[in-house]
Amino acid sequence: MNSALIYPAIDTAPEILKLTDVRVRFSVSNDWLGRPRGYAHALNGIDLQVRAGETLGIVGESGCGKSTLAQLLMGLLKPTSGAVSWANGKNGEGSSNVQIVFQDPQSSLNPRLPIWRIITEPLYARGMRSSEQMRSIAAKVAAQVGIRPEYLDRFAHQFSGGQRQRIAIARALSSDPDIIVLDEPTSALDISVQAQILNLLAELQQARNLTYILISHNVSVVRHMADRVAVMYLGQIVELGSAAQVLEQPRHPYTRLLFEAVPRLGVPLLAEQVAAPTELPGNRNLPEGCFFFERCSLSRQDCGQPQVMRGGQHQQVRCHVQD
Amino acid sequence: MSTCNPVLAIDNLSLEFPAYKSSVKALNGVSLHVNPGEIVGVVGESGSGKSVTAMLSMRLLPERSYRITSGSLSMLNRDMLSAPEKDLLKIRGRDAAMIFQEPMTALNPTRRIGRQMLDVIIHHQKISASAAHAKAIALLRDMHIASPEQVLESYPFELSGGMRQRVMIALAFSCEPQLLIADEPTTALDVTVQRQVLLLLREKARQKGTAILLITHDMALVSQFCDRVYVMYTGAVVEQGLTAEVMSNPRHPYTQGLLSGLPEMVEPGQPLMTIPGQVPNLSQLPTGCTFAERCTHAMPVCAKRPVLTAIHHDEQRKSACWLPQEELS
Repeated sequence: MNSALIYPAIDTAPEILKLTDVRVRFSVSNDWLGRPRGYAHALNGIDLQVRAGETLGIVGESGCGKSTLAQLLMGLLKPTSGAVSWANGKNGEGSSNVQIVFQDPQSSLNPRLPIWRIITEPLYARGMRSSEQMRSIAAKVAAQVGIRPEYLDRFAHQFSGGQRQRIAIARALSSDPDIIVLDEPTSALDISVQAQILNLLAELQQARNLTYILISHNVSVVRHMADRVAVMYLGQIVELGSAAQVLEQPRHPYTRLLFEAVPRLGVPLLAEQVAAPTELPGNRNLPEGCFFFERCSLSRQDCGQPQVMRGGQHQQVRCHVQD
Repeated sequence: MSTCNPVLAIDNLSLEFPAYKSSVKALNGVSLHVNPGEIVGVVGESGSGKSVTAMLSMRLLPERSYRITSGSLSMLNRDMLSAPEKDLLKIRGRDAAMIFQEPMTALNPTRRIGRQMLDVIIHHQKISASAAHAKAIALLRDMHIASPEQVLESYPFELSGGMRQRVMIALAFSCEPQLLIADEPTTALDVTVQRQVLLLLREKARQKGTAILLITHDMALVSQFCDRVYVMYTGAVVEQGLTAEVMSNPRHPYTQGLLSGLPEMVEPGQPLMTIPGQVPNLSQLPTGCTFAERCTHAMPVCAKRPVLTAIHHDEQRKSACWLPQEELS
């Protein structure tokens, strides 16, 4: 295969966001002096770069820290340690413009606002007060996502699920963000609507050169959309690389396990390994060595040491067995 | 297979929910049957009537909130639509069990798992509490739960989602039902857990000869798990057949649209095939084919509602479409 085809020009695009050894932990319960008794370790050393114009897919099971990462990128959380640096932000603060599209459009749209106000809420938050200006921007963005301008004065409950998700996307677009975080954008939608929304996201990305961070547990959606993929397990990235490479030739045992479990059309369900542990280990006390040790089929004696990311530019794996 | 008595037989069932000055026609002539020991899938989008079908089969819809306008529903040769509540209490849980999407809401959050399991077992089987306890432990062990005693002593919130769903399956099988209705049993679970839960479900069903009616929206899951499949749209079956045949050679334009809209079906980055438009409003259904306005093959004859017709005289394989079947292949 032509290598230019597999690895698009993304590699040379400028970095707009860099995470260096980011850790986030939450105190679980406090003793009578208010000192934390224990911690939930949500993110355990994330190193990640986001380049302009790419789609970075993040996959993993529930509890692996996907949503904490989304909140961190949105600036809703501060890292406990490590640095989040924006290319055009100030002093490493999260001052860059990031917008998010949530999973459930029903609960993420304000039921009391007409949709032109919903769409321009990010602009309002940034200090825009002129109604005419906001309305004209709302009309423009709504047209781009396929919402008719006559509908601008309606309320969210008057729309179907797919249309509501379009409104949520319009809201994310209205302030011209550097990055749009898509947190499970289609998992609340029906199949036929999912296809429409994914197409819309792809069209908008081409037209406006958007940068997406796509968080999903649906591997086929990630395969369809993403240029690069990060696989997360217990607050760490265990595999990172170009989508073609990671999804076609996964190297980390966890990535393989995850992808094998995805239902595929016409592939029968085989009854091996019913009793294999499928639970994530708790994140109160982190394992000493490799985080995946307990569930790993390839575990060896020397897996008791912490693992680091290895490998080249196109695929990095946090597993020393794969060398 | 079609000669033996089906455990669930629904024939031309129509149901509507009265609403202000109108009614929502949730089911419009559903016909389906489940044979003993068979795993049958029902796929469809939201609003297609698949959950209403499941709930009505167990008579779990609130009484007097709905109106049956035609058709019949029988489970194990008993008419479920006219059965009194007293009989239903015996049927539910013993002859037919149900697994819901979100195990957290299906289990009582204020009572320990053990208490809840014993309630069901003792209600339906006349056995002592200690025998019921032993049975609960055996059931949980069958679900590959490592420490059943500990699980029985815990509250639902102490268990993970996969664990809770396994408890639900154990509970559903506690009285060895002949039919198990699973309404989106794995939607709230991760893929690795989903796979395990499905495998356990299938293993147990095959062992006990239980028939499963699986309600889902996931085409890939149906293709892996079910023997036969019904595709529903606006409260009616539009296509039915053996899973492998429906998946590899869908005949109804709606099924074709659903399958080709999956991200797996195209190269990454290529635009996906979509079904234009939206599901019609169930209170104002067109008199003709309900899919006609979204259909690329729509013809004048589509102003009349098509019925399910056998394809190539195969009674298992049916499609509700006017298009000559040859043209669709």
